[in-house]
This record gives sequence, structure tokens and C-alpha cells, in this order.
Amino acid sequence: MKQILACIVLIFLCQDSLVAQNARTIKVSELEAILKAKTDKIQVINFWATWCAPCVKEMPIFEKANIDITEAKVTLISLDLNLDPAPEKVYRFIERKKLASTVFLLDEPDPNFWIDKIDKRWSGALPATLVLNTKTGKRQFVEHELVEGELESLIATVK
Amino acid sequence: MILVIAMASIQSTKKGYEVGDVVRDFNLKNVEGKQVSLSNYKDAKGFIVIFDCNSCPVSKLYNKRIQALHKKYSSSGFPVVAINANDAEKSPEDSYEQMVKEAKAKEYEFAYLYDQSQEVAHAFGATNTPQAFILVKKDAALKVAYIGAIDNNARDESKAEKKYVENAVDALLKNQPFSITKTKAIGCGIGWKDA
Repeated sequence: MKQILACIVLIFLCQDSLVAQNARTIKVSELEAILKAKTDKIQVINFWATWCAPCVKEMPIFEKANIDITEAKVTLISLDLNLDPAPEKVYRFIERKKLASTVFLLDEPDPNFWIDKIDKRWSGALPATLVLNTKTGKRQFVEHELVEGELESLIATVK
Repeated sequence: MILVIAMASIQSTKKGYEVGDVVRDFNLKNVEGKQVSLSNYKDAKGFIVIFDCNSCPVSKLYNKRIQALHKKYSSSGFPVVAINANDAEKSPEDSYEQMVKEAKAKEYEFAYLYDQSQEVAHAFGATNTPQAFILVKKDAALKVAYIGAIDNNARDESKAEKKYVENAVDALLKNQPFSITKTKAIGCGIGWKDA
């Protein structure tokens, strides 16, 4: 019985740490490093929050792209910490939606200081998506809920 | 010819007002069912126009701060005029009926206007809620003096060390220049109608 209990506890602990590991908290400098690092994959960076209804609505598009579009790397940047210091809501969301894409929680106050570092076209509105070819520097930035097929077109234009 | 095309493309990509632009007056319905224009405010020296809504969590965090701005500055000539432009089909919580309820429940003292056609939001180039446009009267024209965030900390007002809107209005009231005329903040994208 004790062993079973220990096993259950262990499973829970592991799951917890997996989620926590998946949704690491980062600073904007780390995000800038991701944007600068030259990789073979097209970087698809989506800015979202659990409180943003259109973000939640378009999330399946990114989750599908993460699996189906092998030439792209999807990263979901949560801005929840901007409104609420507790990350648990995001962890629960990741678990509930079984998100497989990489999720980071951006922990930066003072958005006016860093929004332009991501893209000068970004007003700060959510949802927003950056599609970037780090090798050529070609980039697309959109500030609305994506429609079916839009992400594929964006990726095609930066190839 | 090339120049004409280039000019045309610049025109079409320009979205809304920039700081220094002259603002065209508008006519929108308030939560009492009356049509409101900026020209109705005979004594105003300017306005704190805020694109806002009921549903956005960022707007909710700023709600008290917006009420406080109106309390602080309306008597000195800079009233708050809040405008909700969200498409009610996309965001039912932002319908006109819900605006009326919200304004009553929270005892709004400032005008809360409904931009159903989204024409005013497009004219301003509003992008997200809450987003402030400070307008100042100069030679009978209204000019944009500031565009952006209310302050630099949505989460915690006590930690907002840069009070952009207050600094701008304080400077305008003293006829002094101010350096930060445009800022950005994380907000809810305006729920535009499908084209």
C-alpha cells in the first residue's frame, strides 16, 4: 500500500514538474535571444494570455502547426503575469488543454520598454503572432485572431 | 507617376492619428441614450479619450484609475470620454445594453460612448483596450497630444512609477512640454467586425 501511495505521489510530482518545466518563466532578454538565434526552423511565436478569448480560440491552430508543420517551431508566450503574478492559472490551462507546444511565461513589467523589441509594428494588443525566418531575417507580424490557413500562408512568405 | 503610387501606398498604410494630428469631432450615443460630440463640452481645454470596454481584464484593472482620472481632471478642463468599439457579436459582454448596466453599477461620472460602426476607433487608429488619446484644444482645433497607456503597471497601480496620462495632462495644464507622447501596453485587441 505504501509503495502504491509512493508511486502515486511520484507520478503527481513528475507531472507537476513536467508542466512547470514546460512553462518556464523568462525575461525579455531570453526571448530576444530566441529571435536572434539562427535556426533551420521557421519560428512561430504567439503572444497570448488565458484571459484573452480570441487567443484561446486560435490556440488549436498553433497546436496543430506544432505537430503538422515540421519546418516550423511553435512557441507560445503567455502574458498572464502582466496582470496576475501567480502562474498557476497558466499551468492549469496548459494541463487542461494538454498543450504540446513550448510555453513560456514572460515576466516583464513596463511593456512600453520591451514591446518594440519584439516587433515595432506591435501595438501591444493580444493576440499577436510573429513568424520569423531567423536565417534570412524575413518576418511577418499580425495582430489579430488567425483564420484557418493564415498561419500556413505567413510561414510560406518568410521561407 | 511612381511618386503618386508611393504617396498612395503611404496614405493607405497610415492607420489613424499620430501625435500632433487634428482630430475630427464625432457623434456617438452615451449610456443615457443621448448623442454626444466633443463640441458639446464648451469649457473643455482638452479630453482624455480612452478606448475601453466592459470585458477586457486589463480594462477591469484600470477601471478605478480611469474613474480617478476623470475625478481629478474634469474640473480643470480635461474630462474622460470613454469609447467602447468592440463588436458585440464577437464580445456580447460589450453590447450597448451591457455598457448601460456597467456604467450604472460602477456609477460612471464620465461619458461612456458606443462606437457601434467602429468608425471612430478606425479614425483614431485605436488598437487595444484600454488605450488613451489625450486631446488638447489649440486655436479652436483639437490636436492629439499623447497616445498610449495610462501608466506602466497594469497589475499593480502602486508600482506604476510612470503615470503617463497624468504627467501629460499636468504638463498641458501648465502649458509645459512633456517628453513621453507615445507608449505601448499589453491590452485586449479591439474586437473588429469581420470585414
